[in-house]
Amino acid sequence: MKKRDIILIASILIVAAALFLVVELTKKDGAGVVVKVDGKEVAQYSLSENATYELNGGTNILVIEDGKAYLSDANCPDKLCVHQGKISRTGEVITCLPNKLTVTVFGAQESIDLVS
Amino acid sequence: MKTKKVAFLSMCIALSMILSYFESLIPPLVAVPGVKVGLPNLVMVFMLYKIGPFETATVSIIRVILVGMLFGSPLSMIYSLAGAALSLLGMILLKKTGLFAPITVSVAGGILHNIGQIVTACIVMSTSQIAYYLPVLLITGTVAGVIIGYVAGLILKRLDKMKL
Repeated sequence: MKKRDIILIASILIVAAALFLVVELTKKDGAGVVVKVDGKEVAQYSLSENATYELNGGTNILVIEDGKAYLSDANCPDKLCVHQGKISRTGEVITCLPNKLTVTVFGAQESIDLVS
Repeated sequence: MKTKKVAFLSMCIALSMILSYFESLIPPLVAVPGVKVGLPNLVMVFMLYKIGPFETATVSIIRVILVGMLFGSPLSMIYSLAGAALSLLGMILLKKTGLFAPITVSVAGGILHNIGQIVTACIVMSTSQIAYYLPVLLITGTVAGVIIGYVAGLILKRLDKMKL
């Protein structure tokens, strides 16, 4: 392990940190969430009203509360999607790989066909 | 190819397959898809230094195909192939420069594996939103690469006198 090894590894970490900052700083408050199963859009929900929805025939339970969305339960054993926590800013995403399901926050401009 | 080499390469395939399976049993530590230690890469880093790039690439591709058929799905095989191919290419090139220690080569392998999988996920799910995970995966890939590279360095030192 020489100096240039440390320099290379450190620069990778700096790039990662910079990307992380860019992602964090470009986020805006979201207007709603879009649910996709197997790449196809199945539903859109507004973040402004509190509600609970059963997704994908009940495999995942989506809760919207105080402008934040999270999955409260899932039928898979590891429940990674539940542990991913609450999302409310544009671009944030909860992924459930076993059920091929994603919940993504979109901003105000993108909500063209959102039924209000 | 000598019989001894055939036997040794087969053993490397078996070992990396067992490590793949063992890793699939470990519960995920972080709630982000794709975060893992990459135990099979231990075999790849070792082989890269001890045997050669061509043999390493062959063993890696065979491992991905066999593990995909045994424990995975066609989709998981595509993810693994993309990750493994990009990771191997990066590690071979970085090792060829002769400037870097096994730890750094392994770090490059770790992060390139994640980048390959993210790019594939973006193509498969036809959405760029998965790139949201990239910064997190770059950091976990680096940490995993350091661990694997350190252990691979230890193994290489201990097996220094082994002749193949």
